[in-house]
Amino acid sequence: MTSHLLRVSDQQTAALLGQYDAALASKRRRTLALAVAVSACAILAAWVGEVDLRKFVDGLPRFWSYLYDILPKLRFASFGADLAEWYWNWDGWLGLLAETLLVAYVGTFLGATFGFVLCFFASANLLKNTIVRSLVRRILEFCRTVPDIVFALLFVYALGLGPVPGVLAIAIHTVGALGKQFAEVIENIDMNPVDGVRATGATWVEQIRFAVVPQVLSNLVSYTLLRFEINVRGASVMGFVGAGGIGKELLSSIRQFYYSDVSAILLMIIATVFVIDLLTERLRHRLLGIEGHK
Amino acid sequence: MMSRTSLLADVDRARLVQAFPDIFRPSPLNRLKIAAIFVMSVGLFLFGMAWLGFSFEKLAAGITRLGVIVGLMFPPNPGNLLRLYLKGLAETLAIAFLGTMLAAILAFPIAFIAAKNVVGQRVIHFLSRRILDTIRGVDTLIWALIFINVVGLGPFAGILAVAMSDLGTFGKLFSEAIETTDTKPIDGVASTGGSVLHRIKFGIVPQVLPVILSQVLYYFESNTRSATVIGIVGAGGIGLYLSNEINQQNWDHVAFLIIMILITVAAIDFISSRLRFALIGRAAIVPS
Repeated sequence: MTSHLLRVSDQQTAALLGQYDAALASKRRRTLALAVAVSACAILAAWVGEVDLRKFVDGLPRFWSYLYDILPKLRFASFGADLAEWYWNWDGWLGLLAETLLVAYVGTFLGATFGFVLCFFASANLLKNTIVRSLVRRILEFCRTVPDIVFALLFVYALGLGPVPGVLAIAIHTVGALGKQFAEVIENIDMNPVDGVRATGATWVEQIRFAVVPQVLSNLVSYTLLRFEINVRGASVMGFVGAGGIGKELLSSIRQFYYSDVSAILLMIIATVFVIDLLTERLRHRLLGIEGHK
Repeated sequence: MMSRTSLLADVDRARLVQAFPDIFRPSPLNRLKIAAIFVMSVGLFLFGMAWLGFSFEKLAAGITRLGVIVGLMFPPNPGNLLRLYLKGLAETLAIAFLGTMLAAILAFPIAFIAAKNVVGQRVIHFLSRRILDTIRGVDTLIWALIFINVVGLGPFAGILAVAMSDLGTFGKLFSEAIETTDTKPIDGVASTGGSVLHRIKFGIVPQVLPVILSQVLYYFESNTRSATVIGIVGAGGIGLYLSNEINQQNWDHVAFLIIMILITVAAIDFISSRLRFALIGRAAIVPS
């Protein structure tokens, strides 16, 4: 059997092996160069970032003891009473949690509405006017690059403490983020329906209504739901700067070392985020499933 | 001429109605459902506006004040604090870079444990996923507050906070990438007698590495943004100066800082998207 195998002559083998080694060596050199560059950046960043391993090792026991301290003291014998003590302020926190969710919802709704209107002006296939298009794009870029907390800080100063600045901050950030994503979806549509509708003499708005929106709606809703998920997380810390929601309560319990409150609030936030994630994922899969069916 | 076209259209229409009954006569139940969803979402929005205390007078007054603030922002001017701001910016970049790198290095082995097709253990899979979800559910700013208790104020706490919250995200994304790998190369390595580690090294890693690297770069971008605000709670970076200047109402300084942030984020976006395209082409990656 072995005799049937084609044998490569020694000369050919040597040549091939040489090529193989050369290819491997050049790849190795590239990897090595990359590793050196990344390590150099890391060392520089560690120096700038005041990384101090001794401080970290010293602090690590504090991290574990902190985690231990914030754990509620639940005893089996008096479980009900302990639980009641742990969640002593559950109704107040639930109210704040509801406020957090509403801040996220109203902010996402506002942002998605404006993003929806603006995205058509940012899509290269719908708008030939480059000046308007690049202007809209710059505005969206600005809205999305400035972090929502920074907007919140400014709005808290202008509008006073409370959830309204948080809503506006989230809305502006959402306009930027969703406007860009919506425009990307729209730039990838099939243009044939648009041409068809235009051939009947439809105006620009009618073209969008009957040829563009039906193609993209489920995708846009899916992106909006994803953004709502992100905004719920964002709204949970808006209170850090006084812009409403449960963040203020969390910040003060961390700062004032009310240990069991920290874990109680964190657990509520995590559970809420988890449930929202699950729900929006379900909804999104259903939406995209409908899309896939067509 | 007119009547001919309309006749043709009528015939066409009849045929089309027969072919696509759903489009010409959508079921009333569906229409009702869509209308109900629409009314409910708008209703919740209006209820939320009312509950959160939106009022037009307050908004109008706020916008007037905001207008004054924006007026005071021009011309943007760092005063004599430029060196300090640049240091803050460098800290921000260091936080984003080291935080992302640390998270990626830590998440890499964890992702294999959390992947269904490597450790085929339901309990481990479930537990590791839930732990990652919990870590992810806590915002970076909250982690920053916790790590300030551990290593004190400063950028080091910021690095650890970014690393921690990204650990959750990376663990999930990487393990999903591992789960969607093609099994053929892995089976091939197994058929030559390769151990589990061989299978991972030669079967899985070459498939997932480009995806993982592009995700890491994407998160470096987004961490640059979050590292700009982490200073608000005292964990280093340019956010500290930003919140200080807002509190002291030095609006020209604030404007300068915002412009610095915009330029830096744009530069990082540009570099990392170039690198990403070089790595995997224009393929879509999971947006956060």
